[in-house]
Amino acid sequence: MKCSKFLNELNDFLDGSLDSSLKAELEEHLTWCHNCHVVCNTTKKTIEIYRENQVYELPDTLRVKLQTAIISKCKSSKSKD
Amino acid sequence: MGTIQTNVTGDTGEDLALVQAAREGDIGAFEQLLKRYDRNVFRIANHITQNREDAEDVVQDAFLKAYQKLDQFQGNSKFYTWLVRIAVNEALMKLRKRKASKTVSIDEDVETDDGFVPREVTDWSPNPEQLYKQAELSDILEKTIQGLPSGFRTVFVLRDVEGLSTEETADALGLSIPAVKSRLLRARLQLRERLSRHFKKKKSNGDNAQ
Ligand SMILES: [Zn+2]
Repeated sequence: MKCSKFLNELNDFLDGSLDSSLKAELEEHLTWCHNCHVVCNTTKKTIEIYRENQVYELPDTLRVKLQTAIISKCKSSKSKD
Repeated sequence: MGTIQTNVTGDTGEDLALVQAAREGDIGAFEQLLKRYDRNVFRIANHITQNREDAEDVVQDAFLKAYQKLDQFQGNSKFYTWLVRIAVNEALMKLRKRKASKTVSIDEDVETDDGFVPREVTDWSPNPEQLYKQAELSDILEKTIQGLPSGFRTVFVLRDVEGLSTEETADALGLSIPAVKSRLLRARLQLRERLSRHFKKKKSNGDNAQ
């Protein structure tokens, strides 16, 4: 397997959605190809770090303000019908 | 190597029961749905509009629209996916208004192929999260993802951060499944490339480096 083929299959490999024979081929590639090993490893970490450290968290005070505004708009939109 | 676990967002069956109750006039049920997903919608809106005030408006407009259109929700997709689709549309409308020029779409500048061939192939330090304080880390993560073309960024956010499946992401963005897959791969690889500049293992300094 070439590195380009490995990269093309990387998504499904990381998501665990490859069939077992292709998965075995990719794992074999990883045993000797340092570059793909690093790319695979750091891509996985990239996804994890964005999941574990959410950017744009909604601050609590703003959250309460928005919720109140939304519910009151919903109520008044209902009474108009 | 373990595979990535998908974020679990809410319980689909519970959501449907809440939708049903809300349709029958139980505003409290809708409030529960709002509390379950408002943070997700806010993040998605921020990623698309890149503007905090717009994102606040999108949260309000999207939930209000969802409430008004609740009767049209079919139940053949998840409530969350349906809500995200509404929010993405609202966010794109905001973006169009702000740019006040020609059409803005999710297809913006994604045709370039750069970033596909990995250049940074140094492994990261064992725990990059310990290299930076939380605020610095957030800043790096935010600036890095902002630098992606919007068509890549949105796919990455929906699929990898907010827990939609490939099919649901395609549905929410009006893209084909192959398009979602190819954008997701490029988004992941480009982010990895850019983050590597911050997180790669420092050479030497005594320890076991050779
Ligand atoms: Zn390789």
